[in-house]
Amino acid sequence: MPKRTDIKTIVVIGSGPIIIGQAAEFDYAGTQACLALREEGYEVVLINSNPATIMTDKEIADRVYIEPLTVEFISRILRKERPDALLPTLGGQMGLNMAIALNETGILDELGIELLGTRLSAINKAEDRDQFRELMRELNEPVPDSDIVHTTQEALDFADSIGYPVIVRPAFTMGGTGGGLCDNEKELRDIVGNGLKLSPVNQCLIERSIAGYKEIEYEVMRDSDDNAMVVCNMENIDPVGIHTGDSIVIAPSQTLTDKEYQLLRDASLKIIRALGIEGGCNVQLALDPNSFDYFVIEVNPRVSRSSALASKATGYPIAKLAAKIAVGLTLDEMKNPVTETTYAQFEPALDYVVAKIPRWPFDKFETGDRTLTTQMKATGEVMSIGRTIEESLLKAVRSLEIGVSHVQLAELDHLDDDQLINKTVKAQDDRLFYLVEAIRRGYPVEELASLTKIDLFFLDKLLHIVEIEQRLTEGRWDLDLLAYAKSYGFSDWKIAELWNATEDEISQFRVMHELLPVYKTVDTCAAEFESSTPYFYSTYEEEQESLVTDKQSVLVLGSGPIRIGQGVEFDYATVHSVKAIQEAGYEAIIMNNNPETVSTDFSISDKLYFEPLTVEDVMNVIQLENPVGVIVQFGGQTAINLAEPLQKRGVKILGTTVEDLDRAENRDEFEKALKSLSILQPEGGTAVTEEQALTIASSIGYPVLVRPSYVLGGRGMQIVDNAADLSRYMNDAVRISSEHPVLIDRYLIGEEVEVDAICDGEQVLIPGIMEHVERSGVHSGDSMAVYPPQRLSQNVIDTIIDYTERLSLGLNCVGLMNIQFVIHEETVYVIEVNPRASRTLPFLSKVTGIAMAQVATKAILGQSILDQGYTPGLHTLSSMVHVKAPVFSFSKLNKVDATLGPEMKSTGEVMGSDSTLEKALYKAFEASDMRLPEHGTVLFTVADEDKNEAADLAARLVNIGYSITATEGTARNFKERGIPADQIEKTGNPEDQSYDILDLIMSGQVNLVVNTMGKNIEAVQDGLSIRKSSIEKGIPLMTSLDTVSAIISVLESRTFTTSAL
Amino acid sequence: MKKRMLVLEDGNVFKGFGFGAEKETIGEVVFNTGMTGYQESITDQSYNGQLLTFTYPLVGNAGINRDDYESIFPTTKAVIVKEFARRPSNWRSRMNLDEFLTEKDIPGLTGVDTRRLTRVIREHGAMKAILTDFTEETDALIDRLKSVTLPTDQVAQVSTERPYVSPQNGRRVIVIDFGLKHSILHELNKRGCHVTVLPHDTKVDTILNLKPDGVMLTNGPGDPKDLPYAHDMIRELQKHVPIFGICLGHQLIALANGADTFKMTFGHRGFNHPVREIATGRIDFTSQNHGYAVSEESVDNNELRITHIEINDGTVEGLRHRRYPVFSVQYHPDAAPGPHDAADLFDQFIEEMDAWKVEETNA
Repeated sequence: MPKRTDIKTIVVIGSGPIIIGQAAEFDYAGTQACLALREEGYEVVLINSNPATIMTDKEIADRVYIEPLTVEFISRILRKERPDALLPTLGGQMGLNMAIALNETGILDELGIELLGTRLSAINKAEDRDQFRELMRELNEPVPDSDIVHTTQEALDFADSIGYPVIVRPAFTMGGTGGGLCDNEKELRDIVGNGLKLSPVNQCLIERSIAGYKEIEYEVMRDSDDNAMVVCNMENIDPVGIHTGDSIVIAPSQTLTDKEYQLLRDASLKIIRALGIEGGCNVQLALDPNSFDYFVIEVNPRVSRSSALASKATGYPIAKLAAKIAVGLTLDEMKNPVTETTYAQFEPALDYVVAKIPRWPFDKFETGDRTLTTQMKATGEVMSIGRTIEESLLKAVRSLEIGVSHVQLAELDHLDDDQLINKTVKAQDDRLFYLVEAIRRGYPVEELASLTKIDLFFLDKLLHIVEIEQRLTEGRWDLDLLAYAKSYGFSDWKIAELWNATEDEISQFRVMHELLPVYKTVDTCAAEFESSTPYFYSTYEEEQESLVTDKQSVLVLGSGPIRIGQGVEFDYATVHSVKAIQEAGYEAIIMNNNPETVSTDFSISDKLYFEPLTVEDVMNVIQLENPVGVIVQFGGQTAINLAEPLQKRGVKILGTTVEDLDRAENRDEFEKALKSLSILQPEGGTAVTEEQALTIASSIGYPVLVRPSYVLGGRGMQIVDNAADLSRYMNDAVRISSEHPVLIDRYLIGEEVEVDAICDGEQVLIPGIMEHVERSGVHSGDSMAVYPPQRLSQNVIDTIIDYTERLSLGLNCVGLMNIQFVIHEETVYVIEVNPRASRTLPFLSKVTGIAMAQVATKAILGQSILDQGYTPGLHTLSSMVHVKAPVFSFSKLNKVDATLGPEMKSTGEVMGSDSTLEKALYKAFEASDMRLPEHGTVLFTVADEDKNEAADLAARLVNIGYSITATEGTARNFKERGIPADQIEKTGNPEDQSYDILDLIMSGQVNLVVNTMGKNIEAVQDGLSIRKSSIEKGIPLMTSLDTVSAIISVLESRTFTTSAL
Repeated sequence: MKKRMLVLEDGNVFKGFGFGAEKETIGEVVFNTGMTGYQESITDQSYNGQLLTFTYPLVGNAGINRDDYESIFPTTKAVIVKEFARRPSNWRSRMNLDEFLTEKDIPGLTGVDTRRLTRVIREHGAMKAILTDFTEETDALIDRLKSVTLPTDQVAQVSTERPYVSPQNGRRVIVIDFGLKHSILHELNKRGCHVTVLPHDTKVDTILNLKPDGVMLTNGPGDPKDLPYAHDMIRELQKHVPIFGICLGHQLIALANGADTFKMTFGHRGFNHPVREIATGRIDFTSQNHGYAVSEESVDNNELRITHIEINDGTVEGLRHRRYPVFSVQYHPDAAPGPHDAADLFDQFIEEMDAWKVEETNA
């Protein structure tokens, strides 16, 4: 069927901020969708609150709105734009939920806006547990025994009737939020209570556990002509019981016979047809490992994380085609964009193995509960491609960037066998490493299979890896053996370790014997048809398919998996850099391993190498491509860390030199540089021993800010008040070495300011200055940032501009530089310099209209800022006020403290823009789901030193009609100052039945919890449970009084003054 | 493992390791793009005389089970893989691929760059190849290869020698065995058909004397033009009884009705081939295994009508006789391995038989 001509303007809803379970994959999907619709001649209007996305670039849609994804704001835009249609199925669960909510308000009918893609009724059938089970019954498709419950008691009764264990799945939540596996009544009570609250319809499904079944997914597509097909199927190595987003996944399925494959394919296609899906859909199934019995677990009637993975795994662009299907095109009339000769109606055939491993945040959230359940906890993922399972898995492991180049963790060496086995059974994020260690110690794989329910097939592959390790130990410098190990994905690093050699020696030995990888093409068709896709993966085989052209090329290193501190912002910068490289006349080559992102869409660059970002893997590509240089500034710390080792191997690093990068990151060098530039920084020093640390701290005075050097997102950063805490930090919190000392700085309380600058070596362009709402002490990534600054004096601004220019030129920056300042008593101090693209780059690019990564890339490639048409110095200020606010994923992570500090905890960001600060803040709070009603109750429980400041805030709240509840000390302080406050008991002991603060929070009768951290241990414990309860109950929680002040100013601006005479 | 290599007629050499039976073999090297179903494929008699390469790199993962045979004595010449699973895992698995090939006396080659091999075949077409241990110089092997003429009696090699019955209580269907896959019998039996399997060279009178409700012409190996006796048989048979042809059976129906067939460069072997039914526009993903095809322009429009085409290369995938209840498809509606999308063609066959019967009774 040809595309529809009766619609002209289409609104696309994005997925909003990145949170666990809804990440960069929707930037990829949304970008593809918008471009696809424009390609077909439609006018596209995009709404998304997340500025750190490619999809919110002006070029992607005809009109882009970065506004809160709420019914209120979307309705406003719909009224203004009067579109013909709305496409909600490419914005994740957020997009779907918005479509449902908008439909309920009647605005779609009123304005005559048609929902494109899958119909709402179908979405409901797939998402509503009851309707879904009804449909499965009609189709005669098996689902596990289950019941819908609306109360905890119903859940308990049902569990009693079918027996434990049971699985809890809350309705209409994404990433399995609030769900989990329960072995007993107590666990069920906890999980279902939470799940009911998190479900927007207060509904949970209690389901018979089929843990231990094989978990298989099918990514399917269907068009309006009822053409239906499977793009890809995938098998989770982890059996049913662990969320697929937290599972190690292999594509295609490995342990199914054709009978089983087709059985599940038939079921998937039957379901997608019955639902009437028009676009992409994901079907999750559980297959009994001992019979043909299977169950349908879940259907996602939209583009999902799995479909992004399937797209990258096969090359088949699901989101792009789903968007075109939504406007009436059919699969058999569209071309397969990979081959360009065959049609899109084509089930890809793979001739390689894809492995996906999730990336979890537990390196940052050390106290977090690492157990894997049906609730997703990973923030990102890596994918790798190889010709065997072993090769793909090992490549994926070294793509994770968790400090290992092989499936081996040194710290497991000293575990006893019981501990080891325990960890293989009770799955945590690092189970793979425990499994391999158990095999290394000689555990029979059959036994492990029966303990873990992981298929013997996969365990045998792990055994094979261990066997290769053993053979390597016995056959040093055996070329055949080396070739064998390389063909199974072993890194030079691991081989070097086993051969007591250096990585360089192994690499030289390899090169000498011409043992180099070849690059094969991802072509959707197993080489059956010709294809010109520039999408490659390495393997140690015979035929080189990646042909080097005569054109000069530049290699851009991506940022790897999304983790806290290194999010989608860096992918944004990478994509922009590529664009600029191409405009400058070079061939742009990307290396990256994140399947969720836009940068790994093969149509973005001239060549895409889907590879781990290690020195070895990068060098292999460089040896083949021989680019004029490598750009490392846009790939976050991942790429920056590669700069030095690459340069050592003779690679040209473009932009700021390695020596100058090091000068910014090395404390002593940096101090020297600042001194010579006469720029102030907080006093401090570097320490490699506890004694050194204590000496430095006592000379500059407590509190001090401590952190390891070379860190990302403030990892391991703390504010320390006394010597005892400092000793503890030096001994426990960080691994110190002479290469990686600890930095100790005087902690200056004041306003934090952040600047991104572009330097071409002679001139400096400062696109903008951002001021943080929260005072110093809260990580910049977790702070609300305001542009242009609202509170800075001209004197301070001038100093910042001056310092920025001096620093950029003084540190010989070519490209981007991010500088953080603290303003303490009107004096400007530099606290940090990052000689690379920062987290704020997309935000600032959008609000200033300067495509910063592109300007920087061109500067790196030799085009001056003046030649690019920009005036050096501070760029003209925006007439609007823009606020960037952090978004957190605490509700997905048990036992992670929600208090804000120097260590970054947020997973995503939103932007609010308007004519005044208050309006912009309002939007930012709305978009980040920090919503306060016109009146209500605020609960205060603050540290002693914060009480006076809190009282001022309480007074302002009372003034606009809020009532205040506070714990004893706080309440007393408030009352003494004439502020009415209800007093509530602190957390009592468990036997104490009196109504305390936790009961109050759990009752849902407060609208905001304000909690700042006290210093004594009891308060710390209290604080933890208060914050935990607020998160669980979904009540806005603020741990910085500055944020509270900001939200009060918003409330004040919306309230009319009512004062008695 | 012993070193073993594959030498192609065009001089390309692929070095790897031997598994399965230890013997030298010569045949036509082809590739299959299916990611599952190696057991069904290896036992598919249409691969008679061929060295079968799997493009999916890991083969044998689910082992070999007792049920998924498409023939009892497979005659595939060799199996070529990137890697076979030394330790398969599936609840039905009884042995691994190595043991199976040894038992069936089929040599295997593992550890080769099968993607490179596939690309060579794609560029230069399916060609003669020898699988051998490292004994001779490559040039000598190529000379030998060039002098070898591949057999043309493949159907005779794989067809049943004597008739047998696969009983049910329903319609009487005669299956002419040109190298049939068990799945065809399975689909017919499933629909209650009482099946009598006859050798490939059965005379038309013998067939008609059994008074069938319908006749199925099966798949099989080789060039359809090597079976002139079958063309004659079909020309007569089609006047008297509904016929359903699959794969080779389809090509034979074409030849019997004045159309021509040709050898494709590298054929269709896999099960992601989208096929459009022209009348309805419906598209099925089909299981295919053929190196020859019906040439579109040769189809005599007075006799035959093209009913199905492959959407990418336009291959003639289905034919229907304009006067007789005769239809055929180039692909395998019986799947095994592959998608079940086209299974309803067997229902259509049943309907044709019933309709014909009503007509006969009325006439």
